[in-house]
Amino acid sequence: MENPRYWRLKKQRYGLVGEVCPHCESKIFPPRDVCPECGSEARTEFTFSGKGKVYSYTVMRDAPAGYEQNAPYTVAIVALDEGPMVTAQLTDLGEEKVQIGMPVEMVTRKLREDVEKKGILVYGYKFRPVMRASN
Amino acid sequence: MTDKPHGSLLLRTDRPTGIVGYGAYIPRYRLPGSEISQLWTGSPKGSPIKEKAVAGLDEDVITMSIEAARNAILRAGIDPQDLRAVWVGSESHPYAVKPSGTVVAEAIGASNNIQSGDWEFACKAGTEAMVAAIGLVGSGMGRYALAIGMDTAQGKPGDALEYTASSGGAAFVIGPANESAVEIKASYSYVSDTPDFWRRPEQKYPEHGQRFTGDPAYFKHVESAGRVMMEELGMKAQDFTYAVFHQPNPKFPLKAGKELGFSEEQILPGLLVPVIGNTYAGASMIGLTAILDIAKPGDRILQVSYGSGAGSDAFYFEVTERIAERRELAPSIAEYLARRTEINYATYARYRGKIDMG
Repeated sequence: MENPRYWRLKKQRYGLVGEVCPHCESKIFPPRDVCPECGSEARTEFTFSGKGKVYSYTVMRDAPAGYEQNAPYTVAIVALDEGPMVTAQLTDLGEEKVQIGMPVEMVTRKLREDVEKKGILVYGYKFRPVMRASN
Repeated sequence: MTDKPHGSLLLRTDRPTGIVGYGAYIPRYRLPGSEISQLWTGSPKGSPIKEKAVAGLDEDVITMSIEAARNAILRAGIDPQDLRAVWVGSESHPYAVKPSGTVVAEAIGASNNIQSGDWEFACKAGTEAMVAAIGLVGSGMGRYALAIGMDTAQGKPGDALEYTASSGGAAFVIGPANESAVEIKASYSYVSDTPDFWRRPEQKYPEHGQRFTGDPAYFKHVESAGRVMMEELGMKAQDFTYAVFHQPNPKFPLKAGKELGFSEEQILPGLLVPVIGNTYAGASMIGLTAILDIAKPGDRILQVSYGSGAGSDAFYFEVTERIAERRELAPSIAEYLARRTEINYATYARYRGKIDMG
């Protein structure tokens, strides 16, 4: 039963909520309570804008358990505008070709679901091509 | 009992309320009606609409509600911690038991101090949530409440409803009138026990009463709600700039509107069903957002929803001068319509879980 783990991570997973270091202003994701830049304690909550760029990507054709129904799908390393890198699925690509440097934005989507449709639905961040340049 | 509003059938609040922010969501994928008719009738002709919006593999009422809610909050410019209710109306809640609203609330950064029950009333679940939100804010129980109407509508393969059953919806932050982009002047609801469309537990697809869904159901309730509303207000169709009705197909809202005295020019700006389909609980609400994308201060709008089973909620809105600045803060209906990828029936069958995986 992994429910407690999903429950513990829900805030960061649903809304891209990390931390900001009160000492050196570094933005931290995922939250870890210690600043990876200066080593000081960092517990101040920070909600990321969700904007970023594709740093690298690959296409998953042989998906792990819980993700089979979505294969093939694209997984990217996204460089967030505030600094940190996150690994996440890209979604809503349609016919758009993924390119390194492509601007993307965070959306909250269904991450996984058991085939028997008995378990909990797991939601979390993915990224899609930006809808509008402003905002 | 004689002094208004208590002597009136209209629902009016002690404190004036309004729509502080609005937000829509339409998924990216579109299934042309010709794909459906070709498969089941052998002809590309016969669909009542051009195409319908289809949710992707990783989308459901919860994820779509989150995006519409984020758009509504962007436009409202409020701290989501100030919401006192997050209500989702739908007939396709992802869980039979477990609220959609709590996931949405957590994702948008609402506090734990909220009401969050889900609403169900076929296609009027979303406007029922709006009336409740107006009551909560209008009574002073809370400053802001979020009401969402959203669906990933189920249509049985080959059934007439499959042409239109689509995905999408809208969210409204209801708050004090003096902060609003749209003032809510009054609402009125008309309901009766009418078995025109239903889905029993454990069933995947709904059943409907064929032509019984017309006169005794849709038209009776939409026209009664609209007529009583206008009579009680002492207003006529000509007094409104726009009207938006529940839109299961393009014909019904135009016919009901005509019966109530509205012209096509008043109805067409909010008529999205030809290009996105029937978003069920979201249908009249997302139509309203299309109107708010173009409305001017002083415009008067009549909205009438319809939910099978059956009932209609009617609303009278007046647009304020705040509309212009608010509308720019989140994507418009036109932007969502432009984000479009056409799919075929096979992809649709996969995306909507219509393939038996054994």
